[in-house]
Amino acid sequence: MALTLKEVEHIAKLARLELTEEQKELYREQLSAILDYMAKLRELDTNNVPPTAGGGLTQMILREDESRPSLSKDALLENAPNAEDDQFKIPPVFE
Amino acid sequence: MTNLTELTLTEMQAGLNKGEFSSRELVQAALERLSQVEPALHAFLYIAGEEALAAADEADKKRKSAGATGQSPLLGIPIAVKDVLTVEGLPCTAGSKILEGYVPPFTATSVKRLKDAGAIIIGKTNNDEFAMGSSTEHSAYGYTHNPWDLTRVPGGSSGGSAASVAARCVPAALGTDTGGSVRQPASLCGVTGLKTTYGRISRYGLVAFGSSLDTVGAFGRNAEDVAQIFSVMAGRDQLDATSADMPVPTIDFVGATGQSPLRGLKIGVPKEYFIKGTQPEVEEKVRAAIQQLKTLGAETHEISLPHTEYALPVYYIIAPAEASANLARYDGIRYGPRADAGNLWDVFFKTRGQKFGPEVTRRIMIGTYALSAGYYDAYYGQAQKVRTLIKRDFEAAFREVDLIAAPTAPETAFEIGERVDDPLAMYLEDIFTLPANLAGVPGISFNCGFDKNHLPIGLQLIGSHFREDLLLQVTHAYQQVTDWHKRAPKL
Repeated sequence: MALTLKEVEHIAKLARLELTEEQKELYREQLSAILDYMAKLRELDTNNVPPTAGGGLTQMILREDESRPSLSKDALLENAPNAEDDQFKIPPVFE
Repeated sequence: MTNLTELTLTEMQAGLNKGEFSSRELVQAALERLSQVEPALHAFLYIAGEEALAAADEADKKRKSAGATGQSPLLGIPIAVKDVLTVEGLPCTAGSKILEGYVPPFTATSVKRLKDAGAIIIGKTNNDEFAMGSSTEHSAYGYTHNPWDLTRVPGGSSGGSAASVAARCVPAALGTDTGGSVRQPASLCGVTGLKTTYGRISRYGLVAFGSSLDTVGAFGRNAEDVAQIFSVMAGRDQLDATSADMPVPTIDFVGATGQSPLRGLKIGVPKEYFIKGTQPEVEEKVRAAIQQLKTLGAETHEISLPHTEYALPVYYIIAPAEASANLARYDGIRYGPRADAGNLWDVFFKTRGQKFGPEVTRRIMIGTYALSAGYYDAYYGQAQKVRTLIKRDFEAAFREVDLIAAPTAPETAFEIGERVDDPLAMYLEDIFTLPANLAGVPGISFNCGFDKNHLPIGLQLIGSHFREDLLLQVTHAYQQVTDWHKRAPKL
């Protein structure tokens, strides 16, 4: 199945990826080839097969709902590209 | 004194206990070995030399004051950690530019348990970016070379860890296995690598890739060493809701009865894993190894896992779909670098567009497409259903046999650059390892011979859920009567 350039642009937008024109063409070709390969799955009749979601564990492990110390604000903000007054700083959302 | 880096983990423990050498000497030997081979290998992204020496001095002090009994099992033993697991204070990039400069303020549970048991972290090893790849060529920080032939790849994604053990830099190293990322590099580097059952080891502190598939595993020179690392890391963790509440077995290698653990053991040999396209020498050596298991008392049965050929397309929908969601967090706001842009929207697009490498971008695109409106049922939905069929194949097989034996990878180590621009060719490298991840079952790979280029060949054993003990015992029994695992590359 050949993807169109427009479809590639749509996927990139959904994934929040800025691509160059060259990259768009490259991924158009590569993704088309990969999706062709995936089409193999349609050979199988799966009408009565339930989906497997998750890794197969039957139960989640939950801990007691008790307060406990968490990582410090300073430690977490240390890795931020921009922080001020105990907060992450970002460029304007609205212009 | 013998060359300390030649010792296995178990031998290091014995020497430390007898006072033949100190932990400082072990760490120094590891660091010297690294300064010797690392320029040619590039197995590490970060070497924590000073921290490791300080930890070694601590360990030596502890050993003196505690005496020979009551020691932490791994006290003073140097190990390496794949760069997708966090260690507080050590840079963690996951092989990606989007995490360049990130220093995690917390330690992964798997690593913390090893540190609590006394292990010393020598450094962080190279891997394909976000563990996506089968050659370590997709690391944003340069590729790792195979110690057996420096022109070839070590496999991946845990290529740095496998290479560091094969090259005798460390006796053991941590890896992660989402589609074969422990077993395949173990095979290509000729070491023992364990992929654990889904849920067996906590993923707290693991950089998430495919959350229904990701597992933490370990590399060592033999089953006994891997078992020690495994036993320390395994078990429920309150910080990971997907960690299983299952007892962790003590792995008994001696056997209470003194009988071979293989006596009466039923080993299934799946015909779908012996197919055209596999390197003939790989099939030959793998069949010879299975024959050897037979002489140790096992029975072999030809079995069928009929949906094996669908594992690759299922995996390359499910893993990228999960990755596209997991990697949405890298947006240039909370950690890592941020691209210069005037508004928030552009920060997202530019940071992600510029900092993710080609394979990660490709997978985010595949996953996003497979989850997008109009395509979800055809791709993701169908893949989840076929995953059920693959799981059922294993359930049916394990009603008949105790273990499954097969090649780990269809070929020995390939040349650097040979496949890096051909994603499908690279994906095919994982055809024999992906099914275990889709079913959530454990697997192990260990050296069972060499091809004509003197490159190692791996035998893969796959067990039923939570039977790592059996995988390790059988591997150990094989390693008692063979010496492939003792061969070392000349470096």
